[in-house]
Amino acid sequence: MTGALLIEQLLNGVQLGVMLFLAAAGLTLVFGVMGLINLAHGSLFMTGAFVCAWVAGSTGSFWLGLVAGALAAAAAGAVVEVLVLRRLYDRDHLDQVLATFALILVFSEGARWIFGPQPLWLDVPEALQGAVALPGGAAYPVYRLAIIGAGIAAAALLWLLISRTRMGMRIRAGESDREMIGALGVNIAVLYTAVFALGAGLAGFAGAMVGALQSVQVGMGEPVLILAFVVIVIGGIGSIKGALVGALLVGVVDTLGRVFLPMGFAAFLPPSEASGVGAAVASLLIYLLMAGVLIWRPKGLFPADG
Amino acid sequence: MAETATPPARSRAAWREPLVSLALLGLLAGAAIWADAAGEPYYVNLASRIAILAMAGAGLNLALGFGGMVSFGHAAFFGLGGYAAGIAAHHAMNYEPVFSWPFVIEASDRMPPIWLAGMAMAGLAGLAIGALSLRTSGVYFIMITLAFAQMVYYFAVSWPAYGGEDGLSIYVRNGFPGLDSYDPLSFFALAFAGLLVAMGITRVLVSSRFGAALTMARLNETRLATAGIRPFPIRLTAFAISAVLTGWAGALYADLNGFVSPAMMSWHMSGELIVFCILGGVGRLAGPVAGAAAWVLLETFLGGATERWPFFLGLALLAVVLFFRGGIVGALAGRPRDG
Repeated sequence: MTGALLIEQLLNGVQLGVMLFLAAAGLTLVFGVMGLINLAHGSLFMTGAFVCAWVAGSTGSFWLGLVAGALAAAAAGAVVEVLVLRRLYDRDHLDQVLATFALILVFSEGARWIFGPQPLWLDVPEALQGAVALPGGAAYPVYRLAIIGAGIAAAALLWLLISRTRMGMRIRAGESDREMIGALGVNIAVLYTAVFALGAGLAGFAGAMVGALQSVQVGMGEPVLILAFVVIVIGGIGSIKGALVGALLVGVVDTLGRVFLPMGFAAFLPPSEASGVGAAVASLLIYLLMAGVLIWRPKGLFPADG
Repeated sequence: MAETATPPARSRAAWREPLVSLALLGLLAGAAIWADAAGEPYYVNLASRIAILAMAGAGLNLALGFGGMVSFGHAAFFGLGGYAAGIAAHHAMNYEPVFSWPFVIEASDRMPPIWLAGMAMAGLAGLAIGALSLRTSGVYFIMITLAFAQMVYYFAVSWPAYGGEDGLSIYVRNGFPGLDSYDPLSFFALAFAGLLVAMGITRVLVSSRFGAALTMARLNETRLATAGIRPFPIRLTAFAISAVLTGWAGALYADLNGFVSPAMMSWHMSGELIVFCILGGVGRLAGPVAGAAAWVLLETFLGGATERWPFFLGLALLAVVLFFRGGIVGALAGRPRDG
């Protein structure tokens, strides 16, 4: 029984990790290329989920919703970049924090305004309903496996884009020397908008996928944003590879901790206390992991700038 | 210790800043007294709220404005102070000690020992979080302080003994010797005194040799190190003092609301504290007073005018960042003395 539970929870952890990677990839790209800290990244995640739920609800097609969610988040990202964030690249981080904090207020209240105060619900598409049997006898939802697959596919595409295409070459050049690629005739303004829209689209895609697992509501992006921060601090800011490793670590440690710590405490505490203490300690695990990584390697596991 | 850098020369407009600070404080106290005389306890409590939030902002301002440490986690210290008040009141009402092992701490329903407990809790947390976070700088520091504050937040949410997510009610406001803490104006006086002390401590620290070292750690770390002073202990000390001041404000805030919950530690609160500092003017002594007053008044009056107030508040903040740099005190008193 424990073996099946372990496999099931490991898969849950990987699924959370893959989603966190999609959210963190955009953050770390934007920081790596433009040097911008974007607190409103969680709002783009939320935008993807809301648009997906709304389109899926009105057309009946989850797949249309998924595409619309990712595109809407990318478009929202591009608009915000052109109107607001572009002016902040040369400012200090304090101004960026304040402006993107203000953007969260605007996005959250805007979503409540457009979609109403009630949470929206998004159904798992028919093709992905049901469960498969895992070795050990437990059943595992197909949809969660599909999320893992989609996340891995997106990570692979992102890697191809960055390491094998001209656009990716420009992004990498932008990370190492902004002024030089401008001098070489690359239109930096367009590149920046594209990078921002790419990151926003990934976050929106993640939000749309997760929307079928939980209720789609205002504020759903904020816990993801904070976990994504933990992920990129662990992985090294600006590093895509670091984001992938960090996201999987955080996803697995958090999920396993929440399941197995209360069980562990139950071995030497009365059951009523064990669940409370276990849950409280489990909520700290990823931060302790982060603190440990910081003590060991203050620049993260894969520092982007050597 | 080697001789520290001399304070920068005062510019011609330097006399304007103390004047603006005094005027802002005078306005706040005057408004409270006037509202009390007019029989409007609601507005007295609003003034108390401004004073307490300004005090929390003054704590953050020491780290953020003067020390250049952009902490996105000060809500943790604010909340810890609040929980000190809440936990003490909770146990005092049940006539039981706070701990009985390894030593007994009796619960108190008096503010001074509660303040000390809140300051101690916030200070210890500040030392621990600061010691880890100050290993890094820049954007890492922002994210790490945020993450540690979230850790404290989630701990409070999932720890069932003190109400978990629902928080704790303070049924009887903690008392202060010789004052009726239920009287709105008396409570305002306590909050205002706290604000003055927090600003006074900031003023004294910033104009001391320690403050000169802290300023230099912000402006040019290498130069400070060349002068024979290690930046890390200077920063950590300032960060811990900043946490203590914010924690003290948190204890007062819990008593003002009669309630403490994890929401006091949420990252929205950390964001609001940063907003107070920037809106008022980064590294200006009275910046948090102006910022907290502007925020609370906007929230109250915009909230009265439209249900969608956060939307417009967000737009207003964006406009401030993009077009009005220097904040309110900057607009009133001119450019700061150093960059």
